[in-house]
Amino acid sequence: MTTLPEKTERKLGLVIDLDTCVGCHACVVSCKGWNTENYGAPLADVDAYGQNPVGTFLNRVHSYEVTPEEGTPQLVHFPKSCLHCEDAPCVTVCPTGASYKRYEDGIVLVNESDCIGCGLCAWACPYGAREMDSVEKVMKKCTLCVDRIYNENLEPDDQIPACVRTCPAGARHFGDFNDPESQVSKLVTERGGIDLMPEQETKPVNKYLPPRPKDTLEEIDILAPLLKPVAEKPDTFIGWLNKQLDKI
Amino acid sequence: MHPTPSVIIFTALSGLGFGLLVFLGLQMPDVTGGAAFIFFAIGFGLAVGGLISSTFHLGRPERSLKAFKQWRSSWLSREAIAAIFTLSVMAIYAIGRIFFDYDIRILGVLGAIMSLVTVFTTSMIYAQLKSIPRWNTKLTPVYFLSLSVGGGALLAGQIKVCLFLLIIAGLFQLIVWIKGDRALALSGTTIGSGTGLGTLGDVRAFEPPHTGTNYLLKEFVYIVGRNHSAKLRIITLILMIGTPVLLLSLPFSHLLAALAVISHVVGLFISRWLFFAEAEHVVGLYYGKR
Repeated sequence: MTTLPEKTERKLGLVIDLDTCVGCHACVVSCKGWNTENYGAPLADVDAYGQNPVGTFLNRVHSYEVTPEEGTPQLVHFPKSCLHCEDAPCVTVCPTGASYKRYEDGIVLVNESDCIGCGLCAWACPYGAREMDSVEKVMKKCTLCVDRIYNENLEPDDQIPACVRTCPAGARHFGDFNDPESQVSKLVTERGGIDLMPEQETKPVNKYLPPRPKDTLEEIDILAPLLKPVAEKPDTFIGWLNKQLDKI
Repeated sequence: MHPTPSVIIFTALSGLGFGLLVFLGLQMPDVTGGAAFIFFAIGFGLAVGGLISSTFHLGRPERSLKAFKQWRSSWLSREAIAAIFTLSVMAIYAIGRIFFDYDIRILGVLGAIMSLVTVFTTSMIYAQLKSIPRWNTKLTPVYFLSLSVGGGALLAGQIKVCLFLLIIAGLFQLIVWIKGDRALALSGTTIGSGTGLGTLGDVRAFEPPHTGTNYLLKEFVYIVGRNHSAKLRIITLILMIGTPVLLLSLPFSHLLAALAVISHVVGLFISRWLFFAEAEHVVGLYYGKR
């Protein structure tokens, strides 16, 4: 059914910390790996070792340069995957019901055996979270690793999305946003988590933590330049070399 | 947006076909027998041909019957149902007109209304998309419907009506372009809102996620055609509106009418190509493109 649930029992999603992300792309690789080897059609690569490699990815890391009005520009690494929106436009446009949002946990999924590959859901998503697989000809998207988070065959530590499990910087967090006591809810409150493209009115579940303000150096002592140099005359090997070179 | 031929052919031809069926359902022209057969054959040919073409852009066309299920939320599903319903109604009406010289008036009127509804549902597939500000406007259905009935009147040989409708369609086309050029800027979606970093300063895309291209860039960031958009817009107006209006204003001959139709259809294809090629999907902003 492609009508959206009014509200979901749990609201599972990610918090992505733009302050902490180092842009290593490990989440991209682990996502590609897990989702190629497990649930659903594998994520195709075309011409993988040739001149024009193209592939399906459910998670991609952009890098942006932010130039404030005063001060130095800052580089921000920006991982982007499905935001599992509450008002997901990708779900309502689907003509077959292949796209759906789950009532129990709010995860947006694609039933690949019902997908006709019309691509309209990818058109409707402002974030570019859905990609048509060029080999399977069905729509692929982040499943929030639905085949990990409920998989009791895995160690408890591993029952989280692959991208979160693998992030070496701890920049990705997974949890239930309906629970105000969850780690993700607390992070969003403490750090002022934000929605991407709020004007698109998709109500994303995933939140982004903006970079913390940069440290500023304390004022430098204006008398500092008047201080004596520590070493008037260099007396090391370099000093000797300097002297010899002067003589030439 | 990538201007996929199958989708351009689909929207252009089915628009024309359903536009012609509008007039046939209203007995304009009032034909029966062989003449009615030819008119209905053209109408059905265009409408069905367009619909078949639309299946070519599906990844899994063998599953296309599943597309009739989600009419409660999906305009694409509604369009599929409206199209089949309209064609069924018009088929019964056409059989009456062609073989029995009989006019089931209520079916004709219903078929005409449903033809308009079908074109409207097609246009709403595009107009509903907030992610593509240029399309996300009431003007999109107006653009589709005005061209559909204008072209339909032309095919139905309703010269006076056609002149009026084509000029109206031309005006709407102009408004669509003028307003469309500002739509992305007015939508408020920028690289700053997309990344949430806009409050910190000017945001510039520094590095894309991959060195190569991807599905998103191929499907949504189509920049090639925009270089020539001004020229193509003038050509569109001349072929789609200007030439047919001029030819139909001359004393009627079948040759001139045929030329008017050919000119209109070529212009319509260019117009529809521009509709897709010029549309900017906001995902391009993440790549520092539009």
